[in-house]
Amino acid sequence: MAFEKIIFYLFSAILVLAALRVITARNPVHSALFLVLAFFSSAAIWVLLEAEFLGIVLVLVYVGAVMVLFLFVVMMLNINIAQLRAGFIRYLPLGAAIGLVVVAEMAIVMIRNFGLDKVARPAAKAADYNNTEAIGRVLYTKYLYAFEIAAVILLVAIIAAIALTMRRRKDTKHQNPSEQVRVRKQDRLRVVKMDAEKKQ
Amino acid sequence: MLEMFYDVIWIVLKIALILAPLLVGVAYLTYAERKLIGYMQVRLGPNRVGPKGWLQPIADAVKLVFKEIVIPTRSNRYLFLLAPLISMGPALAAWAVVPFGEHLVLADINASLLYILALTSVGVYGIIIAGWASNSKYAFLGAMRSAAQIVSYEIAMGFALVGVLMAASSLNLKEIVLQQSGSVLHWYWLPLLPLFVIYFISGVAETNRAPFDVAEGESEIVAGFHVEYSGAAFAIFFLAEYANIILISLLTVLMFFGGWLSPFQGTFMEDWFAWMPGLGWLLAKTAFFAFLFLWFRATFPRYRYDQIMRLGWKVFIPLTIIWLLVVGVMIVAKLPPWFA
Repeated sequence: MAFEKIIFYLFSAILVLAALRVITARNPVHSALFLVLAFFSSAAIWVLLEAEFLGIVLVLVYVGAVMVLFLFVVMMLNINIAQLRAGFIRYLPLGAAIGLVVVAEMAIVMIRNFGLDKVARPAAKAADYNNTEAIGRVLYTKYLYAFEIAAVILLVAIIAAIALTMRRRKDTKHQNPSEQVRVRKQDRLRVVKMDAEKKQ
Repeated sequence: MLEMFYDVIWIVLKIALILAPLLVGVAYLTYAERKLIGYMQVRLGPNRVGPKGWLQPIADAVKLVFKEIVIPTRSNRYLFLLAPLISMGPALAAWAVVPFGEHLVLADINASLLYILALTSVGVYGIIIAGWASNSKYAFLGAMRSAAQIVSYEIAMGFALVGVLMAASSLNLKEIVLQQSGSVLHWYWLPLLPLFVIYFISGVAETNRAPFDVAEGESEIVAGFHVEYSGAAFAIFFLAEYANIILISLLTVLMFFGGWLSPFQGTFMEDWFAWMPGLGWLLAKTAFFAFLFLWFRATFPRYRYDQIMRLGWKVFIPLTIIWLLVVGVMIVAKLPPWFA
């Protein structure tokens, strides 16, 4: 038990520090990398909470795919930090107000619904309890419609993203691979038969 | 408290027991690669250090360790040094859940297939960070190419794994192997043949090996993401790449070729090979797939970058989705001998 506590506090400390560095780091690439670290530590905490499926999926989806694309974009951008900071004072009151609202909302939820006196301690599961299977069962029975609707919304988003970005500029030297693959020797190459020249 | 201490020591010992042979395997895979490609190109390969060049990998390791690690002036020092470690970490951590036999596994977790998929997808950070932190155009281009390539092929790879987990109805690698017991025809390579081919090719692409090695294409971008690395830092990248090759080969064997099961199971020859331990079969099959990696490298010319992307997105992903439907039909029809 003590060992688990040590690990929990270790990962929580890393999580909080990484989250702080996400917003304080000067370099956007560093921010993105700290966000990756934050995802990783929270995945570790989820695994400690016996939610191993969620933890692994967090790493797989957010760290392995989303953040890679994020980094990809951030590395390509040429961000001028001085320009970004120019409006800092002007936007500070608005930012502070939004921050306060978020803190207040979280406080209300936490104070009302958290703690052992509000929610009973969940019973420890047996060692062979299969978290992944349990989630699958619930998703495909109890929450089937919600799950399907979420899937359809994602599909619509994919189609919309493709429709918005699919355009072909006239001036690009775009290659058509299927045409290239279909090319046969006789389309490009002409074998000329010639008589041998006489020796001079 | 003391008991916990012993537990930790025991786990560390087991980790050492997995990693030490793995690192030796990596060292001799580089030797095998140079020798094999040498023979395929009618050369001798390394033959000077030790008898028949057997000590070449050790000489290489010693040389790399004692060389200076040159850090480019305008590079990002910390990330530059962190990048090799980030690519090495997942490559080794994935081995934690790999079963080497029915009872030979360090962490027998339920979602081991997902765990491996998650960790192999984290490996790309090493490459991206290396490319960015080097502050060099070649390195950056290599990193960008590799990131795009890995993210694309991961989707096909993930879909291939979905087929396996549908067939075995388990995410546990040990269960997946046990589901295939019976005979060679019970192994999943037959009902999941397209998925197997796609998985292995995606594995070659994921490890940035030839013919998909545009991330380090020598003729275009010198050496890609590790162009600025030298000495031990370069050696770690090298190690991670070869550890990943062995991992992908081993996973292919576990998921499609019956893992540690004997290929003669269920035939009259089963008793002849009873002396062979399961680990032996596993390693022999793995060695074959690792050999394929080397064979590919010696045989195929490098793909053009846009063709790689086309192959991943327009050929592999649709094919895997279609085959998932086929697998579903086979499961519903209870097709013997796999789904009965």
